[in-house]
Amino acid sequence: MSQDFVRRLPEGLTTGNRSRLGDTLHLDFPIIFLTLVTCGYGLVILFSAVEQQTGPVFAQMLRIGVAFVVMFIVAQISPIFLMRLAPWLYIIGVGLLVLVLFVGIEVNGSQRWLRIPGLIQFQPSEIMKLVLPMVLAAYFHDRHLPPRLKHVLWSLVMIALPVILIARQPDLGTALLIGASGLLVLLLAGIPWRYVFGAIGLGILSAPALWFLLRDYQRQRILTMLDPERDPLGTGWNIIQSKTAIGSGGIFGKGLFQGTQSHLDFLPESQTDFIIAVLAEELGLLGVVALLVLYILLIGRGTIMAIQAQDTFGRLLAGTITFTFFVYVFVNIGMVSGILPVVGVPLPLISFGGTSMLTLFAGFGILVSIHTHRRIML
Amino acid sequence: MAEPLALKDHSGESQVFFDRVVIGFALLILLTLLLVGRLFFLQVVEHETYATLSDENRIQTQSLPPIRGLIYDRKGSLIADNIPNYALSLTMERIDDLPGTLQKIDELIGLNADQVAAFERRLARGRRPFESVPLRLKLSQEEIARISVNRFNLPGVEIEANLVRYYPQGELMVHAVGSVRRINEDDLSRIDPIAYSGTDHMGKIGVEKFYEKELLGQVGHRRIETDARGRVMKVLDATPPVPGSNMVLHLDSALQRAASDALGERRGAIVAMEPSTGGILAMVSKPAYDPNLFVTGIDYTTYASLRDSRDVPLFNRAVQGQYEPGSTLKPFIGLVGLVTGVTNPEYTIDDPGWFKLPNNSRLYRDWNWTIDGHGGHGRVDLEKAIYRSCNVYFYELATKLGIDRIHEHLSMFGLGMRTALDLPEARSGLLPSEAWKRRVRGEPWYPGDSVNIGIGQGDILVTPVQLATAVSMLANRGKAISPRMVKSGSSHMEASDARRLEDIELVPDHVWDLIIGGMEKVVHRGNQGFNENGTAWAYIGMDIPYRMAGKSGTAQVVSIAQDEEYNEEELDERQRKHAWFVGFAPLEAPQIAVVAIVENGGGGSEVAAPVVREVLDTYLLDGGPLRVAANSEAGQ
Repeated sequence: MSQDFVRRLPEGLTTGNRSRLGDTLHLDFPIIFLTLVTCGYGLVILFSAVEQQTGPVFAQMLRIGVAFVVMFIVAQISPIFLMRLAPWLYIIGVGLLVLVLFVGIEVNGSQRWLRIPGLIQFQPSEIMKLVLPMVLAAYFHDRHLPPRLKHVLWSLVMIALPVILIARQPDLGTALLIGASGLLVLLLAGIPWRYVFGAIGLGILSAPALWFLLRDYQRQRILTMLDPERDPLGTGWNIIQSKTAIGSGGIFGKGLFQGTQSHLDFLPESQTDFIIAVLAEELGLLGVVALLVLYILLIGRGTIMAIQAQDTFGRLLAGTITFTFFVYVFVNIGMVSGILPVVGVPLPLISFGGTSMLTLFAGFGILVSIHTHRRIML
Repeated sequence: MAEPLALKDHSGESQVFFDRVVIGFALLILLTLLLVGRLFFLQVVEHETYATLSDENRIQTQSLPPIRGLIYDRKGSLIADNIPNYALSLTMERIDDLPGTLQKIDELIGLNADQVAAFERRLARGRRPFESVPLRLKLSQEEIARISVNRFNLPGVEIEANLVRYYPQGELMVHAVGSVRRINEDDLSRIDPIAYSGTDHMGKIGVEKFYEKELLGQVGHRRIETDARGRVMKVLDATPPVPGSNMVLHLDSALQRAASDALGERRGAIVAMEPSTGGILAMVSKPAYDPNLFVTGIDYTTYASLRDSRDVPLFNRAVQGQYEPGSTLKPFIGLVGLVTGVTNPEYTIDDPGWFKLPNNSRLYRDWNWTIDGHGGHGRVDLEKAIYRSCNVYFYELATKLGIDRIHEHLSMFGLGMRTALDLPEARSGLLPSEAWKRRVRGEPWYPGDSVNIGIGQGDILVTPVQLATAVSMLANRGKAISPRMVKSGSSHMEASDARRLEDIELVPDHVWDLIIGGMEKVVHRGNQGFNENGTAWAYIGMDIPYRMAGKSGTAQVVSIAQDEEYNEEELDERQRKHAWFVGFAPLEAPQIAVVAIVENGGGGSEVAAPVVREVLDTYLLDGGPLRVAANSEAGQ
């Protein structure tokens, strides 16, 4: 025992020495460094995508600044407090989702926004992206792991409730992503593989039935992904143009600010969801791989933080936030490059827009909080 | 165990979690590689395809239509010009509600059913994205203003300016130079679509047609970068168009005007030719029409009224009109008679007013034949037969010659064939032969057929241009010419499929002298008493200040029965004879040959000769070459 103590202490002290400042202020330098580099890279691409206007770039910089502050603040909150808060946040979140169905603002045929008059306007589903993993992590924190079937079923109910509510808005993309983040918690919690494969099998079998539950435009998107040429000027236009932008970039790209697809307005949504196509066109395969490397490093850091977390809540939440981040990356790039149907998912840290930036950095804040609120184990 | 102890297996949980995270991370790396693989496929494997697609997206080739060559007369006055025209076009990609847009345009400037139907036909043709489709081809200034102030609620509606053909002299020149018209569906299948990209018109008649290639010029191109809405962002490179060649015609606008005025409102044609070159100095066919009507699209009712008019204004009588030459053929028949030795200057006949073939009761009348038998010209030699236009002399001569000798020699003057170099509509007329009659009619040539040919009637047809060519060669004393419109600007006429005539060299001078002398007397022999003056003297010869040669003619429209007199007053106007007159001047050194036909005009000397004289006067006296010569003589 003492032998252990002797062996561990210097290590703990070394760690403490190295990141004492970080731990005290609840900062994580790898995360700060990687997010700064990624956001900086994103700003350069955005600058090109907005025809080199400085206005949108400054607006985006401001958002990044605010997001960093949010990360710093969230990092100060103790994970224990977050865990206690989680069920209440979940109840409030679900309540807001119910509210949005009745008094939400309708935009383009779906009700996603809530407005507090004179104050702010926000999407309750955005809150759910963090709150659902949080409440599930808190739920499993108090349970035996791997979870029993009863707990799995309860957690599925907790997942299904917001997912169904969001799907009703309708916002199938967000619903699926939030559902995925919930299932990630289950996966990390160690549910037996037979459940996992069973669920996948069931999903495949019920796919034809699900097809009929989809709305017309959702079916269109799936058909378009499979064959964009079926309606080249309508639903296929976006995907044809984004593939053309990516493909014409080649290995080295056409050069920064030299993209023709984006600058001549062939590429839709070039500042938001399709911004990766601008990057791919102007900086080529190398430019995209560079971004992917940055993402993998960020995810790697998040994974290490999750592994180093000291309790179930920390582990599950940190792991889920990290892997969900990857899901966003994969879904966005997969959609733009034509291997996934078009769903409105921004490219993390790069796409123009404030909401997703805030959610992402709040997530990083939780990661840092979990990592820097560790006690030294004796 | 009823309830498990609430003791958690921390290290076990940690281990499970660690396993899951490792598996998850490995899966994540795999999915990342899948993305990289997808990007590799798009950006490396399929790069060429997408690079091409991207270029096709942004780069479009635009045609730069060339400016059509101008056409001038010999003195440099403009006959065919290009002027800006404003057309209303629609870009379908920018229009959401076509019926609504059409209705708005209709309310502003009015649209008729023809215009909408034509627009729909053009719409059905293939076109590039964002290529506009014309709706109204010609806008007035007021219509441009009305559209302009309403542009804000007419997205996709544009006023486009382009250069179109304009004929400043309107219908005066139409049968001389032809015209351009809009390219239609039929034309599209024949023309080179690249050469005509961006060009809506092509020469379809006359000089405009014959020199189409030179006048058109060469289309230029520019490659432009456009955005997704078809807006031009920049020009990548350009090959400028080469403008069409300008053409200078032999035509003399002042003479053309004078000829047109001389004919007045009567139907007919006039061709004035420069004998030394074959250049056409004036070419009038009446009635005419305004070629400008056809340039920007003629409406159907106007077109139908032109097409269906009894006066056939679209028909160019000067080159397409085929008429019996009548007595204008006599000098040529006489020439053939002398050259072949069938007759001679001393040979005379006694003209009782009629001619009969041996063993045939049919009576061939002279033009002054009367039922009571007091007609006829008495004793007639060849010269008198020409200036008195004696039919009987030529009945006999033609009978003796036979059709094949006539055919052989008249061919040398270009009758029965197309010799006009750059008049694509020119017809070949008809110069009969035994072989022709057997081939076409399936009958032998009868002696009676030759009798009528002797006075230019029967199965013989000439166009005014052909007759002018023959008269010019007579004036040239055999030197061959080819009728031509263009003086300079193109050598394309070298490639014309028209027959080239050869100089007539075997005719001795005294033969020319006699024939031309006879024609001189037609105009100038006067004060000789009844039945002794030249046929045209009383009408034009009395006060003429220069010497000329001439010959009248009449072409029958309906045949007159054996025992009837031709009585003009009793005939319907359209059944009256066509009046011909041919001539050239000055006699010593001919500068101009003129042929005129007045349809249903009556007697040639009375009706057509004054027309020819007016043209000659204008050319020779109104600042023409003779006046210059006269002035310089006065100066000496």
